[in-house]
Amino acid sequence: MDVIDLARWQFGITTVVHYFFVPFTISMAFLVAIMETAWIRTGDERWLKLTKFFGKLLLINLAVGVVTGLVQEFQFGLNWSDFSRFVGDIFGAPLAMEALLAFYLESVFVGVWIFGWGRIPPKIHLATIWVTACATLLSAYFILAANSFMQNPVGYEINEEAGRAELTDIWAVLTNKVTLVTFPHTIMAAIMVGGGVVAAVAMWHLLRGNRDPSLAEPGAPSDAAPFRSALRIGAAAVLIGGVGTAVTGDIQGKIMTEVQPMKMAAAEALYETEQPAPFSLFTVGTLDGSEALYSIEVPQLLSFLSTGSFDGAVQGINDIQQEYEEIYGPGDYAPNIPVTYWTFRFMIGAGGLAAAIAAWQLWSTRRGRVPTSRWALRATLILPVLPLAANTFGWIFTEMGRQPWLVFGLMPTASGITPGSTSASVLATLSVFTVLYAGLTALWIWLLVKHARPGLPDVSAEAAWGRRHSGGGGGGGGAGAGAGSDDQDVDGESADRESTERESGDDDADRPLIFAY
Amino acid sequence: MELVTVWFVLVAVLWVGYLALEGFDFGVGMLTRRFAHDDRERRVLINTIGPVWDGNEVWMITAVGATFAAFPEWYATAWSAYYLPLAAILVALILRGLAFEYRAKHDSDSWRRRWDGVIFLGSAAPAFLWGVLLAGFAQGLPLDARHDFVGGLGDVFTPYTLLGGVVTLALSLLHGTHYVALKTVGELRTRARALSGRLAAPTALAIAGFVVWTVTQRDTGSVTWAAWLAGAVAVAFVVGGHRIIADGREGWAFVTSFVAVAAVGAALFGALYPDVLPSTADAAGTLTVDNASSTDYTLTVMTWVAVPFVPVVLAYQSWVYWTFRRRIGVQHITSP
Ligand code: HDD
Ligand code: HEM
Ligand code: HEM
Repeated sequence: MDVIDLARWQFGITTVVHYFFVPFTISMAFLVAIMETAWIRTGDERWLKLTKFFGKLLLINLAVGVVTGLVQEFQFGLNWSDFSRFVGDIFGAPLAMEALLAFYLESVFVGVWIFGWGRIPPKIHLATIWVTACATLLSAYFILAANSFMQNPVGYEINEEAGRAELTDIWAVLTNKVTLVTFPHTIMAAIMVGGGVVAAVAMWHLLRGNRDPSLAEPGAPSDAAPFRSALRIGAAAVLIGGVGTAVTGDIQGKIMTEVQPMKMAAAEALYETEQPAPFSLFTVGTLDGSEALYSIEVPQLLSFLSTGSFDGAVQGINDIQQEYEEIYGPGDYAPNIPVTYWTFRFMIGAGGLAAAIAAWQLWSTRRGRVPTSRWALRATLILPVLPLAANTFGWIFTEMGRQPWLVFGLMPTASGITPGSTSASVLATLSVFTVLYAGLTALWIWLLVKHARPGLPDVSAEAAWGRRHSGGGGGGGGAGAGAGSDDQDVDGESADRESTERESGDDDADRPLIFAY
Repeated sequence: MELVTVWFVLVAVLWVGYLALEGFDFGVGMLTRRFAHDDRERRVLINTIGPVWDGNEVWMITAVGATFAAFPEWYATAWSAYYLPLAAILVALILRGLAFEYRAKHDSDSWRRRWDGVIFLGSAAPAFLWGVLLAGFAQGLPLDARHDFVGGLGDVFTPYTLLGGVVTLALSLLHGTHYVALKTVGELRTRARALSGRLAAPTALAIAGFVVWTVTQRDTGSVTWAAWLAGAVAVAFVVGGHRIIADGREGWAFVTSFVAVAAVGAALFGALYPDVLPSTADAAGTLTVDNASSTDYTLTVMTWVAVPFVPVVLAYQSWVYWTFRRRIGVQHITSP
């Protein structure tokens, strides 16, 4: 393998790994925020328990999401320095905006959320998780704007003398039509991930409670009432995300056909232009343009997906290749066809299956029912995996489908590499990062399972904190009720304690922290 | 001031902010080794930085992002030249980030011991390596006329850059010690005060040596007097911090080490300007604020983003420090 392949593998592996954790964070942050909101509004402790329970899974995931993101920020300079020189004037801006506008918000407020239990008023605590969740959206937006520029360059002009692309219109970059449709598609896809995790974990506890009813009693670890609510919220999220990805994916297909027709042709392995064009569900045999051995086709579907009309013409690979040779000179302008063909199908298939399972879960839990079949357990095991797989396939499709371009039409992948980089050093870091990622993914799975298994935690300390602040409302008792005002700190943390001169020694100040690492 | 200068200053401020903020949490990470006597004390230390370390790390991400946006050539050249040391920093920061979050997620002594090792090494290694890499800017690297790095690891790790690493390591440790004195009660606080006294002299010495070397080596820098001044301030504040903490004013001691870090950063970047990465091989390869920068349009856009949002970020980050201002001690940490 030459240095370009190694650098591509390195980039591919690091982004795919990063994006493996990111959708989980995005969606789980919102789901946990919704659960905490329900607790604050109703004072019902089961929502508090769900918040703490799923919040822990969120934090286990957030840690890996954040640390894998670190590498991304450096990748462009490490292996792709000529790419950085060529597009830095444009591409750096959204990246810097992401850091300034999104990462600070997210990391600062999630810190307050983690450690704020018992230390700040509950309503402010609730606000911090909402800020964190919204910051993940901002971060996704800016990075997708950067990526969309690579798919469909806009708002720039080429400076021949400096040998680079220069920004002429930031607004055009931020409202690239590819960004505008990629963002909702990605967010909808992300929602499916968190929904799948919540629904699956809840289903597992319901089944456990079914087998051993003592565990399902109110207050017990697999308490059926909260987990039923969680199951339905999770399944609804998967279903909404499923419909959302289908709707936005359809629009995306049309825009992609417009800006990167080769990618659409590659997605279908369509060599000759056809009108109307069918969509094959799968193909047995080679995808090199010779007759396939066997293939199931839905007539006219590809025409609809790419043009919006059931008998639109879809350009084939051979025609586009010819056209590109005229524009860009000799070369091979088709991406790797088997990869694009299959990843496109797996994305849609895995996502579709997840949505179907979620619909069935909603149906089978209607009006207090709890499913008990073996299928319920099987579904539980694969439901979180499917949307994760669909996300990964979708990205591999998007990025591999862009090949041989790094920036579509402007810069071929091979010219973006760092001059003088050697296979040895790229290989060394590639191996280290790969081993590290494998290790942290294993650790991630192990910790998620370990913390999902025991069920709902004891939340008496947090509940007391909530009651103190709501003036005895909510779940009943009234310890410390009447304090009421939100800005007065419950832990007796008055301003004078702040004084660096005083040894704080009184009882109240020695109360243990509700949350500590 | 020209926009390129504004952005040079902003990038410098971001790096200095990073060293001053993550510097103390690196220091606290290093203290978990010998300074803390048992698991509870170690947990107290970790919890003093628990809510803030990730926000501190974003200063580095923003510094890198801002460098990319404002000086793409600087980013491209430096980061590919620093390939292996940067990879090492990344590995260290990845493991360290996991350690804080995962250490408490499984109840076993050997599990915790392993993560403690990671916290120590994951704090010490980047605290040292960032000093080496930033000093490398002031020293210069062998670049060809196209601004590509043509040297090897020996050009990155030189006696001068290693001294730079020692300075950031020592300052981080001192700064972290002041932070611990400020944020804990009881034994840890007493011990931190005592340790600060022992660290001050060697730190001041390292800084003095580094600043003299920097300024004499960079005679082309246009703001040499400022670099001298900043260096003097750094040494004075480290020495002064030692007296202040002896009087028991930990808050002010923390401020002195904060200023010392900022002053060392100012000396370094002051001596560097108007270059951003001088070439020690082909003089035509030298990167300056002018030939490494983005277009005026991009810098204008970025300025419009930075002017309103930098103060907002500073405001809410300060709010977090205020929210978690309370000291903690072993009595606040329940057994796992
Ligand atoms: C749960 C995940 C998921 C599901 C169910 C779907 N997608 Fe998707 N898709 C993604 C997750 C995803 C993704 C990982 O998020 C991608 C990668 C880049 C992007 O914008 O989203 C993607 C990319 C992507 C692209 C490439 C865009 C480009 O390269 O410019 C197209 C055309 C579609 N999708 C179309 C669809 C259609 C028609 C779907 C269903 C009917 C569908 N997707 C379901
Ligand atoms: C998080 C979602 C993303 C995933 C999963 C992803 C995935 C990939 C994959 C699989 C490759 C390898 C392609 C190949 O070797 O043919 C790749 C390449 C690349 N991607 Fe992405 N990508 C993502 C987002 C981005 C973004 C947001 C950017 C830009 C900001 C980007 C820039 C690149 C670059 C520079 C390469 C290297 C050149 C190449 O091989 O094509 N990617 N990415
Ligand atoms: C290849 C380009 C990418 C770069 C340079 C990048 C950079 C980063 C960095 C540095 C972090 C850590 C922030 C922290 O310390 O708090 C991070 C986290 C995050 N990134 Fe990425 N990222 C990339 C791709 C993506 C994509 C494509 C998305 C979304 C569509 C995304 C969404 C997020 C989110 C939501 C977080 C915060 C939550 C989490 O870490 O799980 N990133 N990213």
